[in-house]
Amino acid sequence: MDLKEKLLSSFLVFENQTEIDSYVSDVRNDAIKMFEKKGFPTKKDEAWKYTSLNKLLKEDYSVFPKQENALEYRDVEKYFIHDIDSYKIIFVDGKYSSHLSETTHDGLDVCLMSAALNKPKYRLVIENYFNKAATTDSLPSLNTAFSKEGAYIHIPKGKIIEKPIQIIHFSTGNESATMLQPRNLIVVEENSHVQIIECHQSLTSNPVLTNSVTEIFAKKRAIVDYYKIQNDTQEASLIDNTFIKQKQESIVSVHTFSFGGKLIRNNLNFYQEGERIDSTLKGVTIIGNKQHVDHNTLVHHIEPNCESHQDYKGIFGDSATGVFNGKVVVEKEAQKTNAFQANNNILISDKATINTKPQLEIFADDVKCSHGCTVGQLDESALFYMRSRGIPEKEAKALLMYAFSNNVLSSVKIPELKHRITKIIANQLGVNIGFDL
Amino acid sequence: MLKIENLHAGVEDKSILKGINLEVKAGEVHAIMGPNGSGKSTLSSVIAGKEEYEVSEGHIIFEGEDIEELEADERAHKGIFMSFQYPVEIPGVSVTNFIKTAINETRKAKGLEDMPAKDMLKLIREKSDLLEIDRKFLSRSLNEGFSGGEKKRNEIFQMAMLEPKLAILDETDSGLDIDALRIVANGVNKLKSKNNAVIVITHYQRLLDYIVPDYVHVLHNGKIVKSGSKELAHELEEKGYDWIKEEVGA
Repeated sequence: MDLKEKLLSSFLVFENQTEIDSYVSDVRNDAIKMFEKKGFPTKKDEAWKYTSLNKLLKEDYSVFPKQENALEYRDVEKYFIHDIDSYKIIFVDGKYSSHLSETTHDGLDVCLMSAALNKPKYRLVIENYFNKAATTDSLPSLNTAFSKEGAYIHIPKGKIIEKPIQIIHFSTGNESATMLQPRNLIVVEENSHVQIIECHQSLTSNPVLTNSVTEIFAKKRAIVDYYKIQNDTQEASLIDNTFIKQKQESIVSVHTFSFGGKLIRNNLNFYQEGERIDSTLKGVTIIGNKQHVDHNTLVHHIEPNCESHQDYKGIFGDSATGVFNGKVVVEKEAQKTNAFQANNNILISDKATINTKPQLEIFADDVKCSHGCTVGQLDESALFYMRSRGIPEKEAKALLMYAFSNNVLSSVKIPELKHRITKIIANQLGVNIGFDL
Repeated sequence: MLKIENLHAGVEDKSILKGINLEVKAGEVHAIMGPNGSGKSTLSSVIAGKEEYEVSEGHIIFEGEDIEELEADERAHKGIFMSFQYPVEIPGVSVTNFIKTAINETRKAKGLEDMPAKDMLKLIREKSDLLEIDRKFLSRSLNEGFSGGEKKRNEIFQMAMLEPKLAILDETDSGLDIDALRIVANGVNKLKSKNNAVIVITHYQRLLDYIVPDYVHVLHNGKIVKSGSKELAHELEEKGYDWIKEEVGA
């Protein structure tokens, strides 16, 4: 039985097991039909031309991993960012871990999707927002069909949340192969501000495939800073589907740091539904071996006077492959749009590949849109300059690569997080130097 | 300190240096002058260890050791420093971070611990004052958007921080106005001691009014064709290089 059939038959069991209000139930039933119709994407789909899921889909994944894996704090301590006081929503093999988490209902809701889906007091929010941003593409649909657990964050009006929220998904490898489908819903009401850090971490070398969906709603003048740390093991793959709907004057940024993992596909979609909206999409990818990272972005400018800023940097070694497909749509009504897009890449091996494709669809006539992609190597004259000052080749290269990524890093607003990422980069480049002086 | 014997070097098939002999002792200042294309910059690059130059014959001996096989960073660790004619812009790396990394990597190569942050700061303050460098300047990206004078001052600042045994100043005077030239030269003079040596590579005599050489060598067509005292520099300034070319029959 292939994975699609397995998922379709599992859905019947899943649907019978869950008690859920009819709205969500209907959404799920529609979603599974959609997935059944569309199936997994193949290279024939334009949006998947450079990323093949074939090999990944051959694994015999456990769709409902065994429950209750006792994970102690000391086992996973190093994956937390400690030096900041934060809320934590922690999952182990797709199940919520209450003793690792730190949730709240005190003035804001930082809790579980399962609770929100089942309790009447959340019904209104669920009916207003659940699955209202996600598309009906095959993988988001698959997630929607099985949506049960994940993070639920609701920030009421006028709240500035000082503590960042960490969402971490651990997989313990107690199944030979695991498929996870976390579902996050984040609603940030008017004039509120929140910072969220998300990561996925496998703790063994057993294969993991995560197909995640995150819906973010930023209301009028809301500010959301979202950071994705993708530093998983070489056997873990991630398909991240993130959908963001922004209202008037809201400011949302998503930073994606991709260092680990076997195959990562980021489908990041911004919809600007108001005037004077600001959207930022930035990423640093540093990979080697046979790793594959694909950034597929969409910014949909619907209303006038909005901005979007995209800046993706990639460094590819060994036989690694990168894909960047950045689509910007500017509707006819969206006059005075400022849309910028940059994708810069460095190939440090002859066998590494980058496929980069900007895609601009502009229907308005009074806009400023720019895009640029570059593919290059490290500057030899800069390397010699650094080496002539006593910096060895490896360190000189690392410093240059760090500098190359610095534009993206510099806009990370949580210093402790920036420090953590800097350390991961130093580790990734195999050097022991402090970049951030 | 430095002994160059019958050095032949070039790029790919093109031979540029055709038998250089030069000896520099501790405490000395040597000036190497010559017309454009005579091989001045090649000579400094070859001593510093730039890979694209191929040494086909001869030796470069630094403190008794043949350094030909050493990488540029290993030569730097031994105490060789070259001030670049065209310092490279490196966006995203601050002057401070760069020099800190350079110092600590050099210490690491010598088996020493990193310099404590406090000492580093003190040293940076001291040396930037010496070169009359504004502190704000130190947090800027290395050489990015620097004026010609700022770049050269920054080179000498790095030299001051690294305290090399042998400093090669490659056309340090080009692109400098008279004030910057004075500051740079003053910096070099303050760093000079009986234990280190300086090679000044220049087209013009101007810098040598400030950094007074013990010896002046004239490089022409890949060879040192004439050596003398500082008076030779004045003579070149007055008469140009043509008389030398005639003298050596080139």
